[in-house]
Amino acid sequence: MAIVRIKINGVMQQHDVEDRTLLIHYIRENSRLTGAHIGCDTSNCGACTVLLNGSAVKSCTVLAVQVQDEEVTTVEGLSGDFNGLSPVQEGFRQQHGLQCGYCTPGMVMASTALLRENPKPTEDDIRHALEGNICRCTGYEMIVNSVRWAAENGGGK
Amino acid sequence: MSLVGAKVLRKEDPALLTGHGKFVDDFSPPNSCFGQFVMSDQAHAKIISIDVSEALKMPGVLGVWTAADFISFPNLPGGMPDFERPVLAHDRVRWAGEPIAIVVAENRYQAADAVPTVIVEYETLDAVSSVAQATAPGAPLLFDAHRSNVLTKVPMLDDLEKHFVKSFSRASLRIVNQRCAVVPIETVGCLADWTLDGLTIWATTQAPHHLRNKLASWLDTPQNLCRVVAPDVGGGFGAKIVWYPEFFVAPLLSKWLRRPVKFMQTRSESMVQMTHGRDQVHDIEVGFEKNGKINALRMVISQNLGAYGDPTGLGLATLTGWMAAGCYKIAHVSTGFRTVVTNTTPVAAYRGAGRPEATFSIERIIDLVALKTNVDPVKVRQINFIQPNEFPYETHNEAVIYDSGDFPQALDECLRLLDYDAVKAEQAKNLADKNAPLIGIGFSCWLEIAGFGPNGSLEGFGHLASWESAQIRIAPDGSATIFIGSSPHGQGHETFVAQIASDELGIPFERISVIHGDTATVIQGVGTMGSRGVPTVGSAVKVASERLMVRAKKIAAHLLEAAEQDIEVKDNAFNVRGTPGKKVSWSDVGLTSFQPLRLPPELQAGTLEERLFHESPNFSYPSGAYACVVEVNRKTGKVKIQKMIVVDDCGTVINPLLAEGQVHGGVAQGIAQALYEQVCYDPSTGQPITANLIDYLIPSAPDLPNYIAGRITTLCPNNPLGAKGIGESGAVGSPPAVVNAVVNALSSFGVEHIDMPVTPEKVWHAMNGRK
Repeated sequence: MAIVRIKINGVMQQHDVEDRTLLIHYIRENSRLTGAHIGCDTSNCGACTVLLNGSAVKSCTVLAVQVQDEEVTTVEGLSGDFNGLSPVQEGFRQQHGLQCGYCTPGMVMASTALLRENPKPTEDDIRHALEGNICRCTGYEMIVNSVRWAAENGGGK
Repeated sequence: MSLVGAKVLRKEDPALLTGHGKFVDDFSPPNSCFGQFVMSDQAHAKIISIDVSEALKMPGVLGVWTAADFISFPNLPGGMPDFERPVLAHDRVRWAGEPIAIVVAENRYQAADAVPTVIVEYETLDAVSSVAQATAPGAPLLFDAHRSNVLTKVPMLDDLEKHFVKSFSRASLRIVNQRCAVVPIETVGCLADWTLDGLTIWATTQAPHHLRNKLASWLDTPQNLCRVVAPDVGGGFGAKIVWYPEFFVAPLLSKWLRRPVKFMQTRSESMVQMTHGRDQVHDIEVGFEKNGKINALRMVISQNLGAYGDPTGLGLATLTGWMAAGCYKIAHVSTGFRTVVTNTTPVAAYRGAGRPEATFSIERIIDLVALKTNVDPVKVRQINFIQPNEFPYETHNEAVIYDSGDFPQALDECLRLLDYDAVKAEQAKNLADKNAPLIGIGFSCWLEIAGFGPNGSLEGFGHLASWESAQIRIAPDGSATIFIGSSPHGQGHETFVAQIASDELGIPFERISVIHGDTATVIQGVGTMGSRGVPTVGSAVKVASERLMVRAKKIAAHLLEAAEQDIEVKDNAFNVRGTPGKKVSWSDVGLTSFQPLRLPPELQAGTLEERLFHESPNFSYPSGAYACVVEVNRKTGKVKIQKMIVVDDCGTVINPLLAEGQVHGGVAQGIAQALYEQVCYDPSTGQPITANLIDYLIPSAPDLPNYIAGRITTLCPNNPLGAKGIGESGAVGSPPAVVNAVVNALSSFGVEHIDMPVTPEKVWHAMNGRK
């Protein structure tokens, strides 16, 4: 067991967990933030994507103990000027970039990270940045449009 | 302003976008524990013994259960006699992945630790994974009592040979419509909590009432004490109609342990436990004239059911046979089928469920006729189309009467968006240039059966009925809550139902809530499947609203001392026609409906509630014309989609945004079937070799194109909305367009057919000669 402290969405959390606890389980089951989801066990689907110190990571592939005292942002930690939604969240709403919503938190976090690094991505940039995130509902075009909408509405700031 | 037809943003989105969705695995009541199956690692074997002693000593383990513990409970519901699936395998395992035992532990880590310590001793039997293996002489039998692996067989009543011999020529194909994994991003799971107040189970299901009805009788508990909740469900695509064993054992474990028990498949478990789709082999033959006119069609379908016969899976081949002739007027059609059990994951519905298979084969053979007659594939389609004035059109099967459509117009619109002549010119130019990729153009003019359905249509798949329910309740402030029996998993029911109701009731969209997916609150329901959402529950909402409005107007007229026929609803209020300013708000009418002294004498308090079960007199028949342009790399065989044009006719569109989303998603899954996906088994052992997302390729954003979407509209005459349904269209229509394009690109090599998925390897071999 290990006492693991992680700052999640600006709030320092501390939980006594097994050493092998994955970050995704720490977030979902110890911190009770259930926005990030689990869709596979091979790091293919990206439903568990969160920001670790600002960069997108698949939280099923990180041990909680590896990020001791570091900063994690989940989809619950995003906010912005669109009735509280960030530009990326609002982009997905405007462009129907989600259907069942299960992959969505991962898509939103990967897109948020992309726009921070590349505020004006081309379609190709967007598609490749989201390569590690699988959506079974949308066929991706509307997700690409969502990210583009976000880029045009302050998502890169 | 009418909301029906408008691009209204979804009610569902803010919660889902902020992490406030509630999926099954998000519920963790205090004291919950976690159950996990011990799965068979053998495809076919006798179980000699199961040793749970080590597992019971593992940290956190609360218990281990095997089939012996469920001996007083029936098999899973809906199976055929002799082929029923036990809730856990007892004497025999029939596929690699079949649940044998259950470990429940304090948490999922401890359950996963303990599962491998359960020792199962097997006597291995020979396994069959394909229809060919299962039907070969001397094949090992899955069910000894039945003496054959063929579960059902419907032979062709007429081989139509007399019509074939009269034809100018004939063409035939053997087509393998490969097995696909459904892979909604949320796997299957449930959380059961059986307390002294009864059972509540949160389950990943497309049909909560369907599950509740069977579960209650399986548990021998009254339905009022058996509550099934489908919270947010992370995609279903057909595979979440199925009655999975965890839904049945979790309640008992909860009762026995007096704790909430959760099951949640890992993806690797899901790849072998969640039902698969497709897996049919077709022998199709047509007789045709020199101009491409087809006289006769016969098709024999072999359906690989996997182990056991899932109640949905059993119906797939029937639907394929019904739709064998597609949108063509073929004088003589004959079909037959057999369904066969094998040592593989059970097969059930997957987006389209039997219709993509039919569409693929008819659209492939149309192209073969074009090749053999040297008539343009577009012309062959046009010459064979059922014409717009021929509806309702009676097909070769009396259950199937096409409702409406305009196939020539859809194809014309598709050709316009494609710019056919320009693409053909590019194709010719590239063919001559050895350094340029080969261009191929493929079409798919398709028609499917949807809107399930008329009386009897879903009963055959094990459902209670074929209607769908809606219940509308007006609150004292004039806002509305609508309870619907069709429970969504991404389709946007809350949005489209509120749009329809807002138009009928005159209540603003924001003041309408939609409740679904809970048997404790929704009176009764069938479920979301078979592209039935809008045609069934949408119609129920429309008609129920109309009926409720009769009484609402009566109240308004009473309050306004005006004639009922003069009342019109506008801007959230009831107005008297011709008397500007004379009005009463919806809030006043809502309040009045609960105040007996203010009501007209013939109405009672609480009158503004209406429920309706809508059942359509016929199916609906969405259709469309798709075209695909591919580039084939001459060196590697890799196929790139250059253009994907999709023209749909789903009748009335309630929300173009949602309709387009459904089309995109379906087309993506169709392209995925055409190019990328296949569930594979080792034929010598029956072991799955695509049992995770590394080995099974689900396309991501760079693998799929943009979609050029067009639309024509012919109304469905069989429901009050005129809507046909759109959920499955894309998956039905797109695979043959893609494969036809690839075969067209390779026509200079004499290629007549390539089975899906059209991998670079297959294309390379087609270009370089098969060895």
